[in-house]
Amino acid sequence: MKVKPYDMATVHELEEAAYNVRKTLLTLVYNIGMGHLGGELSMVEVATAWYYRYLNFDVKDPHKEGRDRFVLSKGHCSETLYSIFSCLGAYDLDYMINNFECLEGSKFGMHTNRKYCPQIEVSAGSLGHGLPIAVGMALAGRKQKAANRVVVLTGDGELDEGSNWEAINTAGHYQLGNLVLCVDKNDLQMTGTTADVMNINPLDKRLEAFGWDVRWIDDGNDMEQVLKTLDALPEADSQIRRKPIAIIAHTVKGKDVDFMEGEVKWHGGGIAEDKFNQAIASIEKNWEERKSKWQ
Amino acid sequence: MAVKTTFDFDQMLSNAREAFGEELYNMAKDGLDFVFTYSDNVAPSSSAGKVIKEFPERCFNFGIAEPGQVGASCGMALAGEVVYAQVMGPFLSLRSADQIHTDIAYNDVNVRLIGTHAGVTAGGGPTHNCIADLALYHAIPNLTVVVPADARQCQRAVRASHSFQGPMVIRIDRAGMPAVYADDDYEFEFGKAIETKPGSDVTLIATGSPTYWALMGAKKLEEEYGISVRVVDMHTIKPIDKDMIVKAAKETGNIITVEEHSINGGLGSQVAEVLLEAGCGNVGFKRVGLPDEFAVLGETDAIYHYYGMDPEGIAKTTAQVLGLAK
Repeated sequence: MKVKPYDMATVHELEEAAYNVRKTLLTLVYNIGMGHLGGELSMVEVATAWYYRYLNFDVKDPHKEGRDRFVLSKGHCSETLYSIFSCLGAYDLDYMINNFECLEGSKFGMHTNRKYCPQIEVSAGSLGHGLPIAVGMALAGRKQKAANRVVVLTGDGELDEGSNWEAINTAGHYQLGNLVLCVDKNDLQMTGTTADVMNINPLDKRLEAFGWDVRWIDDGNDMEQVLKTLDALPEADSQIRRKPIAIIAHTVKGKDVDFMEGEVKWHGGGIAEDKFNQAIASIEKNWEERKSKWQ
Repeated sequence: MAVKTTFDFDQMLSNAREAFGEELYNMAKDGLDFVFTYSDNVAPSSSAGKVIKEFPERCFNFGIAEPGQVGASCGMALAGEVVYAQVMGPFLSLRSADQIHTDIAYNDVNVRLIGTHAGVTAGGGPTHNCIADLALYHAIPNLTVVVPADARQCQRAVRASHSFQGPMVIRIDRAGMPAVYADDDYEFEFGKAIETKPGSDVTLIATGSPTYWALMGAKKLEEEYGISVRVVDMHTIKPIDKDMIVKAAKETGNIITVEEHSINGGLGSQVAEVLLEAGCGNVGFKRVGLPDEFAVLGETDAIYHYYGMDPEGIAKTTAQVLGLAK
């Protein structure tokens, strides 16, 4: 979908959206007692930008014909999407809390389920699945001569899974012009740094070797940098043969919660009341600081 | 209702894998819309090759990358397509187990996984034997699993699967499936087993090409011992036709299962579960199939003979269960 070039007002508007998403996310995870806050916080700017500005997607009409598809491959970071859906007006917070993993009739779970929550495109959780599925969506788009775009967001630890590399190879082979891979590269996985656990660097060179057009966002938590990169994307084109695009967004795990930033131990779990209060205070402080830089 | 079988005819060999490709081609010619994904073992000269040649815009080769193929097939279905995904059976089930479970079954998509080379029909030894797939599928919810008895039934299953809602696996041999049925004049419905041959002393329940072996085994038993042998074609093994199993147990008192799969976790195990839970645990019962070992090396027919899965072996096992063995 064509968008007007961003201006600073747009940046500020989306920074505020991201701030609200973070607060909703923390409050949700505090109430339900489970989440993967580290990776959920690192992906906020990229996911918010897609949903608020670039995707042809209606949160109130999620199965709309011809919509762009956003595939969250790191399904354990579901609560960021739920929070975005909430901030876009689909659900209020109480509804999400009351319908979270409540046995029969659940609407939300730790891992995404497309049947329970209609805004979710793919039921995911097992890592390394989203990218092959997105490649299939893009190939179907080629057959259907569809105008939509397929966006898939993966983690970086997740790229250890070989199935991703099958799909990366396939997308390069078919030269899919309607696919965008976003890697939330926060450099941490469950038990340590990706460099220590299973090195995937240099990720750009690896993707380029598989026939991809790689673009970096040096700070994937800087909304202006995110918008600059997404604005510069060519139109989705299911018929053209060109290098599929990968965006490597360098982000900070636990972003904007000072005591979580870059901390492996905040990969998964719930959050106690005192820490929750500290986290909200930190998000608010960072938000005030960000706003103070607006001209 | 008597089903007309090849019981009294010479065996008519046909090729289910070719039949699948032929039907897919016919369906495309008839204007049915679908996508065909395939691995690097579908020869351009095969019937499926004709689909690829004449309908290239709907066919996608995934090389040798089963999880990537199955995952992408899910994505295509989520984008609104009915997808036929042909994968060599052992690698479909063993390499893509997670994708079958999560992408296909949990996401509940209209993908038909065509697993070829059932049992030991690939040749080449245990790396290429497809012996554990039915056990895996048994435990995955929301999966319909069809094992056609012969090539023509395979075509009927493939055609009917186009309008079926939900995920399905269709399991076929590499080649050379004998024809069980003499014509199409019988009812074929997913989930409804077929009483292929009536009989009152014992029931042979088979799935896939073993249905033919069971039919020939029945012939042997009737000629040799003068008994009456029923044969049931359990072409859908998930959901399994419990009523047909219980009816056979009550009416014939003895059940022998025949499958080209490990005896663990496949048809035999499922029939045993049904029998015990239905209070039919007192029947004579034996599973014919591949034993719990990596199979010996040899030609397909020789291996099936070695493990007593051919008509002769089935007759022998059945006679033992019935206490008739000389």
